[in-house]
Amino acid sequence: MTGLLSLTTFAPLVGVVLLLGARALHGDSARTDALAKWIALATTLVTFALSVVLVAQFDAKNPGFQFVEDFNWFAGLHYRMGVDGISILFVLLTTFLLPICIIAGWKSVEKRVVEYLICFLVLETLVIGVFCALDLILFYLFFEGGLVPMFLIIGIWGGKRRVYAAYKFFLYTLLGSVLMLAAILSMIAIAHTSSIPALMSFKFAPWLQTWLWLAFFASFAVKMPMWPVHTWLPDAHVEAPTAGSVILAGILLKLGGYGFMRFSLPMFPNASELFQPLVFAMSAIAIVYTSLVAFRQTDIKKLIAYSSVAHMGFVTMGIFSGNTAGEQGALFQMLSHGLISGALFLCVGVVYDRMHTREIAFYGGLTNRMPWYAAVFMLFTMGNVGLPGTSGFVGEILTMTGTYKASTWTALFAATGVIFSAMYALTLYRRVMFGEIVNPELKTITDLDKREILIFAPLIIGTLVLGVYPNLVFNLTASSVDGLVGAWRAAVGG
Amino acid sequence: MQSLVTILVLAPLVAAIIAGLFGRRIGNVASQAVTTGALILSCALGWYTFSQWTWGHMEAFTVNLLPFIHVGNFVSNWSVRIDALSCVMLIVVTTVSALVHIYSWGYMAEDDSKPRFFAYLSLFTFAMLALVTAADFMQLFFGWEGVGLASYLLIGFWFRKSTASAAAIKAFVVNRVGDFGFALGIMTTYWAFGSIQFAEIFPQIASGAARTWQFAGHTFPLVDIACFLLFIGAMGKSAQFFLHTWLPDAMEGPTPVSALIHAATMVTAGVYMLCLLSPMFEYAPVAKNIVTVIGAITALFAATVGLTQNDIKRVIAYSTCSQLGYMFFAAGVGAYQAAMFHLFTHAFFKALLFLGAGSVIHGMHHEQDMRKYGGLAKLLPWTFGAMTVGTIAITGLGLPPLHLGFAGFYSKDTIIEAAYAAGTHNGVAMFAWVIGVLVAGLTSFYSWRLAFFTFNGQARWGHDDHHAHDAHGHDAHAHDDHGAAHETHDEPLPDAHDDHGHGHDHQPHESPWVMRFPLIVLSIGAIFAGLVFTDFFVGHHQQEFWRGAIFNAPTNHVLHEAHEVAEWVKWSPLIASIIGLLIAVYVYLLKGNERLGQKLADRQGPLYVFFYNKWFFDELYAATFVRAAKFLGDLFWKGGDQKLIDGFGPDGVSAVSYEVGRRTGKLQSGYLYHYAFVMLLGVAGLLTFALYAFR
Repeated sequence: MTGLLSLTTFAPLVGVVLLLGARALHGDSARTDALAKWIALATTLVTFALSVVLVAQFDAKNPGFQFVEDFNWFAGLHYRMGVDGISILFVLLTTFLLPICIIAGWKSVEKRVVEYLICFLVLETLVIGVFCALDLILFYLFFEGGLVPMFLIIGIWGGKRRVYAAYKFFLYTLLGSVLMLAAILSMIAIAHTSSIPALMSFKFAPWLQTWLWLAFFASFAVKMPMWPVHTWLPDAHVEAPTAGSVILAGILLKLGGYGFMRFSLPMFPNASELFQPLVFAMSAIAIVYTSLVAFRQTDIKKLIAYSSVAHMGFVTMGIFSGNTAGEQGALFQMLSHGLISGALFLCVGVVYDRMHTREIAFYGGLTNRMPWYAAVFMLFTMGNVGLPGTSGFVGEILTMTGTYKASTWTALFAATGVIFSAMYALTLYRRVMFGEIVNPELKTITDLDKREILIFAPLIIGTLVLGVYPNLVFNLTASSVDGLVGAWRAAVGG
Repeated sequence: MQSLVTILVLAPLVAAIIAGLFGRRIGNVASQAVTTGALILSCALGWYTFSQWTWGHMEAFTVNLLPFIHVGNFVSNWSVRIDALSCVMLIVVTTVSALVHIYSWGYMAEDDSKPRFFAYLSLFTFAMLALVTAADFMQLFFGWEGVGLASYLLIGFWFRKSTASAAAIKAFVVNRVGDFGFALGIMTTYWAFGSIQFAEIFPQIASGAARTWQFAGHTFPLVDIACFLLFIGAMGKSAQFFLHTWLPDAMEGPTPVSALIHAATMVTAGVYMLCLLSPMFEYAPVAKNIVTVIGAITALFAATVGLTQNDIKRVIAYSTCSQLGYMFFAAGVGAYQAAMFHLFTHAFFKALLFLGAGSVIHGMHHEQDMRKYGGLAKLLPWTFGAMTVGTIAITGLGLPPLHLGFAGFYSKDTIIEAAYAAGTHNGVAMFAWVIGVLVAGLTSFYSWRLAFFTFNGQARWGHDDHHAHDAHGHDAHAHDDHGAAHETHDEPLPDAHDDHGHGHDHQPHESPWVMRFPLIVLSIGAIFAGLVFTDFFVGHHQQEFWRGAIFNAPTNHVLHEAHEVAEWVKWSPLIASIIGLLIAVYVYLLKGNERLGQKLADRQGPLYVFFYNKWFFDELYAATFVRAAKFLGDLFWKGGDQKLIDGFGPDGVSAVSYEVGRRTGKLQSGYLYHYAFVMLLGVAGLLTFALYAFR
C-alpha cells in the first residue's frame, strides 16, 4: 500500500494541528491541558496502530526497501521514503515508546503542556522520518531537525542545570553535523545522486571512503554516544524530564547505530574495515570505562545514563564485526536497550515524582513500602544486567559472539562488561530498595498507581517476550541483515 | 513421555508465577500448596522418567518446544533433553526441592512473606530443570544464570538485613566472573565448530582435537582453551578455589535455601556441566589437569577452613565446597561417572545435614553458633538421629571387604580409587589422590566435631550464655570484618518472634513433623543411595546405564582400573576417616576434655588464624579487585570525564560561549537560535549545492 509510510510518518503532525486547534478554542486553561493530553495520546496510539499495519504488511523475505514512495520535489530533489528489515524495527520502537512517554508526563509536567506535547509529536514525525528517508537530503533534514525538539524538551522542561546540559548537547551535535553535512555535499557531487539505495551500490574510491567515513563517524559517534564523546549524555539525561530521557535513551541514541548500518557499512565498506580496530577499541573502552564510572555514581539517573553508554559499546562493536551474529545482535541490542533503559528511566521517574530527588543516598528500603515497584525495578535491573530470559541478554551475547570472530581481545574486554554491569546495577538496587527505611520522609511513600502500572506493562511484556522469543525480531530482520553482511563481505573480500 | 517431561519442567514455573504474582490475593496457604503441589508432581514425574530410563527401555530423546535464537547457524531452541545425565539430575533436583518445599512449611511458618519465598524456590527449581535438560549452550546458559538469579533473590530474601543483601550481590557478581569465562568458552566452541547444539558439536571434537586456536594474541590447542574457558564458568557456579568466596556468605539465606541451592543442586551444576561436556574434556588433557588441580585444592582449602568455623551453617557450607572439589577432581581424572555418583549421593546427605542444621537452628531459636549448643541429643532426638546418619554418610564409613556402607562410602571411595588409578600414569592425579585421602580425614574431623559440639557434652545454652559471648568477643579481633562474615547470624524474623532472639531462656525444642518428614526421607537416601545405585553409576552396569551420555576416550579406562587398585588403597580413605573421628572424639567427646577445643582456638596459632580467616581471601579481594574498581571508577569519572574530556571539550569552549550567551541575556533559548541558524545555513548550502549538482 503506497502512502502508508508517509501516513505513519506524518500522522503525529495531525495531532499537532489538533492541539493547536484545542488551544485556539479553549485558550490556555487547565481544560485545554487535559484535552491536549488525550489528543496527544490518541495520536500516538493511532500512529502505533499504523506502524503495526506496516509491519503486518511487510514482506520479511524481501531484503530490499518496501513501501517505497518517490516523487520529484523540484529540480532533481526527491522525496524518497521506504523501509527495510532494519529500519522498520526502529519505526516500530519509536511508535511503541511514544504513547508511553505521553502517559509518563501525564502528571509531572505542569507548565506549557501543549508546547510540551507538540515537541513530542513533532519529534516523533522527525524520528520516523529519519528511519524511512531514502534520500540523503531528506535524511539530513529529519536527522538534524529531530534534535531541535529534544533540545527544547531539555532546555525548557528540564532540571536546574538544564542550560548547561542543553548547551553540551548542542555543542557536541553541532560538531558532528557540520562534518556530516560536508560529507553529504561531496557525496552528491561525486555520485550525482542523493538516493540512498543508489549510493549504497555506488563504489566510492577507497581514499575518499576514508574521509567520508570519518565525517559520518563524527556525527554518529556523538549520537551513540561512543567514548570519548559521551559526556553530554549523562548531563542531558539528568536534566531532561522523565519522558525526555525515555525518548533520548530509547530512540535518539539509536540514530547513530542506524546511521552506521545504513551509511558507513554499505557505502564505505573499505573504510569500515580500515577503521574496525578503532571502533573496537573505542567500544571496549566504553564498556569498561563507563561501567566503572557508573559504579561510582551517586545520582540514580546518571548511573543509568552511564550504563547506557556501556551498552551502546556492545552495539558499535557488533555493527563493525561485519558478520551476521554481530549485526543481528547490534540491532537487537538497540531495540532491547530502548525498552529496558526507557523502563529504567521511568523507574527513576516514579521515585523522583514522589520525592523530587535522584540522590541514591536519600533512598533505601523502598521494598518495604513498594513491593510492586520493587518487582518491576528488579526485572529491568536484571534486563540491564543482561540476564538470559530478558531481551538484554540476546543482544549482548550475539554482539560479543560476532566480535569474537573479528577480534578475541575486544570480545574479552567486552565480556568483562557482564561483570561490571552486575556490580553497578545490583549495588544501585541494593542501596535504593533493600534495608530498612531510615529516612523519615520515605515512611509514607506509596507504591505504583494504576497509571504507572499501565506504563510499565507494555515494557515488561516486551522485555520478556523478546527475551524468550527473540526470533520475532530476527525473522523480520534476517534477510536485510544478510544482504548487508553479504554486500560488506563482497566489498572487502572477506 | 514427551508431554510428561515438558510438564515436569514447566510445572514449577507456572507455580512460581501464580505464587509470585497472586500470592497476596490467594493467601499464604494457597501459595504454599500450589508450589509444593507442583513440586510433588514434578518429583513423581522425575522418578517415573528415571525408572523408565534405568529399568525400562526408554531411549534418549529431545523435545523441541520453541525456537529461541536463530541467527545464521547460531541456533538455539527451548527444549527438554532426556538422557542418563538429565534423568539423574531430574530426580536429584525435584526430590530435594519437593522436600525443601515441604520443610519450609514449618521452617518459614513465622515469616511474613511466604508467597514470595515459595515463588522463589519454585522459580529456582524451574531454572535448574531448564539447565539440566538443555540441548544447546544457550539454554544451558539461561538455566545457569537463572539459578544464579534465584540464588541471588533467596540469599537476599531477608532484604532488611544488610549482610544478606551484601552476600546476595557477592554471589551474583562472583558468579558473573565465572560466566564471563563461560560465555567466552561458548563463543570459542561456536566459532570452532559452527554450532551451539551439543548433538552437532560432540561428533566433531575428535577430529578437531589437533587444531589450534588464536585467543587474545596466543595460540592454544583448540579443545583445551574452549574447555578451560567453560571450566571458569563451572568454577564460579560450583564455588571452586578463587571463585569460592560467595558460597559461605550465601548462608545468609534461609536454611532450606542453603540445603536446596547451596548444597544439593545449584552448586553441583558445574560438575554436571563437566560431565555433560565430557566429549570435549576428554580431548583436553591440559584443561583436565587444571580441573584436577583446582578440584583438589578446593577440597583441601575448604576442609581446612571448615575445621575452625563455629557457625553451624558455615561448617556445612565449607564441607559442601570441599565435597565439590572431590567431584571436580574426579571429573578431572576422567571418572565422570564417579563425579556424578558423588553428586547424587552428596545431594541426599548434604541436604540432610543442612535441613538437620536448620532443625537445630529452629529448635535453638535462631542461634547458629555451635559454641552455644551442646547436649541437644535428648531434646532433639529425631534431628540427632538424622544428623548422625548424615555424618556417617559424609565421612564415608563402611566395610570395604563387604562393600557395604552408607552413601558417601561408595561414591567418595570410588573417586579416591579412580584418582589413584589415574595417578599411576599422571602425577597430577596422584596429587589429587593424596589430597583426597587427607581431606577424607579432615572431613571426618569437622563433621564429627559438628555433631559432638551440637548434640553431646554439656549444654552451653541458657545459663552460661554470658560466657559464650565473651568467647565471641575474644575471637573477633582475629578477624578483620568486612561486613560479609559474621560469627552469629540471627536470622531476622517478624516482630512477633523478637522475644526469641536474645534471651535463650526457652527450652530447645524438636521440630514439627512437617520438618521431620523430609529428614526421614533424606536419611533413607543417605543410607541406601550408594548401595542401591553403585552398580548403575560406577559398577558393572555403568555402560548400560549411561548409554553414551558420558563419554570416555578410548584410552580412558580409569573407572575399570579404579576397581582393580590394591587393597590398601581401598582402605586408605576409611582409615583417614577413622583417625579424624578419633581425634574428634578425643577433643570434643571425652569427659574432662570439653574445653580442649576452645583452648586450642584461644591459643590463636598461626595456622588456626589462617584457617579461621578463610585463608584471608575476602581481605585479599577487597584490597585488590574491589579497591581497584572503585579507584578506577573515580579516576575515569572525575579525572577522565570531568577534567580531561569536558575540560578541553565543551567546558573549555563554553568559557567563551558563556560570555556571549550572558550578554544576549537569553540563555535558555540562546543556543537554540545558534543551532537553528547553523542548521538553516546548512540547509541553504545543501540546497544550493544540490541544485548545482543536479543541473
